[in-house]
Amino acid sequence: MSGGAMLSLDGVHAVYGRKIRALRGVSLEVRAGEVVALIGNNGAGKTTLMKTIAGLLAPEKGRVTFQGRALSGLPPHEVMRMGLSLVPEGRRIFPRLTVMENLEMGAYSRAHGAELAREYEHVFTLFPVLGRRRAQLGGTLSGGEQQMLAMGRALMAAPKLLMLDEPSMGLAPVVVDKIFEIIARINQEGVTVLLVEQNARRALKAAARAYVLETGEIVSAGDSASLLRDPAVQKAYLGL
Amino acid sequence: MLTQQIVNGLALGAIYALIALGYTLVYGILAMINFAHSEVLMLGSFAALGLAAFAPAAFGTGPLALAGLFAAGMLAAGALNAFIERFAYRPLRAVSRLAPLISAIGVSIILQNAVFLWVSDQSVAFPQPIAIRQIPLFGGAQISSLQAVTLAAALILMALLHFVVEKTRIGKAMRACADDLEAAGLMGVDADVVIAATFFIGGALGGAAGVLYSMSYGSTKYNLGFLPGAKAFTAAVLGGIGNVRGAVLGGFILGFLEVLAAGYIPNGAQWRDVIAFSVLILVLLVRPSGLLGEKLAEKV
Repeated sequence: MSGGAMLSLDGVHAVYGRKIRALRGVSLEVRAGEVVALIGNNGAGKTTLMKTIAGLLAPEKGRVTFQGRALSGLPPHEVMRMGLSLVPEGRRIFPRLTVMENLEMGAYSRAHGAELAREYEHVFTLFPVLGRRRAQLGGTLSGGEQQMLAMGRALMAAPKLLMLDEPSMGLAPVVVDKIFEIIARINQEGVTVLLVEQNARRALKAAARAYVLETGEIVSAGDSASLLRDPAVQKAYLGL
Repeated sequence: MLTQQIVNGLALGAIYALIALGYTLVYGILAMINFAHSEVLMLGSFAALGLAAFAPAAFGTGPLALAGLFAAGMLAAGALNAFIERFAYRPLRAVSRLAPLISAIGVSIILQNAVFLWVSDQSVAFPQPIAIRQIPLFGGAQISSLQAVTLAAALILMALLHFVVEKTRIGKAMRACADDLEAAGLMGVDADVVIAATFFIGGALGGAAGVLYSMSYGSTKYNLGFLPGAKAFTAAVLGGIGNVRGAVLGGFILGFLEVLAAGYIPNGAQWRDVIAFSVLILVLLVRPSGLLGEKLAEKV
């Protein structure tokens, strides 16, 4: 492992539910400034992996390290305060809070101030629709708007690493384009991104490097361009 | 006559509403019924009584004495409720849905018996800090000074709760936790802190209700909380448990039903609980999630 890793997982095992062994010795790393994709089929363990990093699940074995500090065993609110935000699968916005209140919750860990005011402006620049709907209840937004709200809410914390779990799920292609445009832009602005996607082609185009997860194990890894040319990956995930 | 019943219904309903809020706030976040809530309000009234006994000179009549009773009852009940959560519910939270409920029933029995054995198995006189008099209203109706204080206190506390829940940082975190506890954690919210605050606030409202209820009877007892607790729980379900406005609405409806049954139906005073609960069953048959409750499927 190189010394430049921002996030690294070393032999992580996790059990999901009571018995299902969802992760079997996963090791991976994300370096500062990268966009890294994690692809795999439904049930491969992608969401379990994200939940384990975010502190929603405790790893059974193995180490999760973020900027040199061990995360394993920390509760989600402490993991998050170290600069690692998860946009969970299914968006999980707060349906009975307004758009503005959802964003305020995103900034919950931060002190009020001029910096925070700039953060709201930044989010409204990235997602103008959120500005127009700021007084609306989160639950009344469309699926695409909810995904934008979930991303904007996570950005309010000014994370160093943004983890996105299936951001394109259930969205129209034109909305998916928009979401991936924003991901690229956020990354250019200096946020490291770890992206989980079932839509492997989209993910591999957005990311410089990727890992392939199958039944809880990393079966393949490398730069996206070579994975796109890999016959096994093409057959299993790109429908070629 | 009707005006008088409305006044009586409001005063009774205000007490039920305050208690119902305690059930609904906790349920909103944990989907758990705090069966010990009725004992929390009972102990709130005993704490107020204890303060009055400790400083009898200050407890003649007057607004200062009244404020003292409220402060003691609310602080003690809030702290007790948060304490119960910390030691009897939190360790069981991740285990199962049923375990905290059983724990709550256990706490309820322990607290009742503790007061029964260590304090008194009889009714104990409760201080009366306001001079009882009837204030005439329009239409020949009148409101007692006690009813007026009950209504005013309940409305102030409800307004305060509304402000906390809608405008403050902790209130927004409470609503976020009620929407999605796990997602709130991802925002940096320490769920344990928010849950403790919720139990404190709910308990404090129950403590205020305990003081008001004891004042209206002039006494308190180890099982004081049981009946109003059961009725307020009913009111919370009637309004839609988990919904703050529903708890207030349900409390007032239950208060009105009881008073109207007693006032207009022959032998109604004896039948009031039967009538009130029959109406409750009818409402639930038509709207199982309560008057303002959301369909359960919405909260996946």
